[in-house]
Amino acid sequence: MGKKSYGSPYFVWMSIFIIVPMFLVLYYAFTIQTDQGMVFSLDNIKRIAEPLYIKVFVRSLVLALESTAICLLIAYPAAMILADKKFSKSTTFLVMIVLPMWMNFLLRTYSWLSLLENNGLINKLVISLGFERMQLMYNEGAVVLGMVYNFLPFMILPIYSVLVKIDNNVIEAARDLGCTSFGVFKKITVPLSLPGVLSGITMVFMPAISTFIISRLLSGGKVSLIGNVIEQQFLVLGDWGFGSALSLVLMVFILISMAFINKGSSGYEGGIL
Amino acid sequence: MKNIIELKNITKNYGDFTALDHINLEIKEGEFVTLLGPSGCGKTTTLRIIGGFEDPSEGQVYFDGKQINETPANKRSVNTVFQKYALFTHLSVYDNIAFGPKLKKMESHLIEKKVKESLRIVNLEGFEKREISTLSGGQQQRIAIARALINEPKVLLLDEPLGALDLKLRQGMQRELSNMHQKLGITFIYVTHDQEEALSMSDTVVVMNRGKILQIGSPEDVYNEPKTPFVADFIGESNIIPGVMKKDLLVNFANHDFECVDKGFKPNEQIDVVVRPEDIHVTSPNTGMIQAKVTSVNFKGVHYEMTASCNNFEWLIQSTKFRDIDETIGISIIPDHIHIMKRESVNG
Repeated sequence: MGKKSYGSPYFVWMSIFIIVPMFLVLYYAFTIQTDQGMVFSLDNIKRIAEPLYIKVFVRSLVLALESTAICLLIAYPAAMILADKKFSKSTTFLVMIVLPMWMNFLLRTYSWLSLLENNGLINKLVISLGFERMQLMYNEGAVVLGMVYNFLPFMILPIYSVLVKIDNNVIEAARDLGCTSFGVFKKITVPLSLPGVLSGITMVFMPAISTFIISRLLSGGKVSLIGNVIEQQFLVLGDWGFGSALSLVLMVFILISMAFINKGSSGYEGGIL
Repeated sequence: MKNIIELKNITKNYGDFTALDHINLEIKEGEFVTLLGPSGCGKTTTLRIIGGFEDPSEGQVYFDGKQINETPANKRSVNTVFQKYALFTHLSVYDNIAFGPKLKKMESHLIEKKVKESLRIVNLEGFEKREISTLSGGQQQRIAIARALINEPKVLLLDEPLGALDLKLRQGMQRELSNMHQKLGITFIYVTHDQEEALSMSDTVVVMNRGKILQIGSPEDVYNEPKTPFVADFIGESNIIPGVMKKDLLVNFANHDFECVDKGFKPNEQIDVVVRPEDIHVTSPNTGMIQAKVTSVNFKGVHYEMTASCNNFEWLIQSTKFRDIDETIGISIIPDHIHIMKRESVNG
């Protein structure tokens, strides 16, 4: 019995809940139901090439990228303020950023409904001020808003945790050697925070590209993402084969995106930002 | 020699805490000055004020005769070597060292030459392409020194630069820093809490405690003629004994009248006497000036370190002669080795 045996419970766990399901997805994606039972077929994969589904994929990708970019734009300055040693309220703010995550995800998204609805709080306010009623929901903007709202903490926290670890002496050394404040930001802070930025991007992009609940609630089903289509295949149409094929392609999609992001990090002096 | 740096009446408060209390310091061009003191004595704050990382609450900083209170760190002709190296881990050795010259938009072939030269000074030729994470602590500190020196500062500030290195490496680096100082001829301001380091490297030692400068002088001066009990105690080991100055050249302590070389005190003035442990001669009980009973003996290699008690005072003695515990010994001290200090109203 070596130390290897300590790992066996995890191995069993991963086999049952990760590896086996993966093979099931593969199996369903590449088979169809016929009179002779399940037979190998590429039909499910081929169906994805239909313009309808291509469009859904592109839309999902674009919205996920938009949300990720907006999250990054909001999160980076926020993380910098939080990591600033002169900022005394950072613990309070961090708790406030994390606090919504203690509440149910669905509940949080529903609460946006009551804000954005045609008769929601915002429109009531707008009308009482004498303006026209606005169409805030049932469009892509609302979906992006929902994604940014839900996933922003996952961008702030990793960036904050790398920024707060940057040794103040390193910043001072850069100033000592002649850097202006902006120079310090560009040449020191940004490159040193890149690992946090990358994990933030990963942690926002992945759930954003595969979400179905945000788009269903905030667009009222009008904006269909891959997640929605996959859900529909499994729960409504019972087409496990096509659902699996879509999931598989989504996985490949994420894999490629991640490879792309990581490539940006290797030559990172000019990368990403 | 003209003064390169002058601190006039510098005070630094952090809220209610006074880190520096009206410090006055003049540093001459080309000097190796060490700010020595225990942690929290204000030595690092002093260095940071000179470097431009802290603003003094009161007082003026002069560089080369010009006041530089308002000059930001990036515009001062001083460079700092930080205690924990503070290297840029995302850059190679070359880019770390070339950081300063690149900001000054120097031509690249010139930068290349200068980086090579800097690496030669710190004995790390050929390290250009290495990543910081692959270097040992000693090598990282050399890179930090090279990164500062390449900018040809008039003053190099070193904030406990050897604090994180082990003893052997530290001693080697001390010698190298002294050599560098002699070759480059620029001013070094060195912060340390290690008295041995301060004594062996500096031209001038500035002893600080609780935000005040207690003594400024050559290493020999501060060791041989400590002005306060704190300095005596902090620099080397010493016996500090309360005594009375009977008259010029005669002092009474440990119930005995000793001849000394000090004068100018009031008759019967209360004073403190400092005697270094290595300055005490162990004799036979009847030839000694006073008698004491040995209470502990430790072999230290070159000498024995013992304590001996006499009239409730424990003498710390270093002697090459062995005396066993409970043995009665004689102690004699020559006048030159008795240092008289004025009593301080506030004990340092």
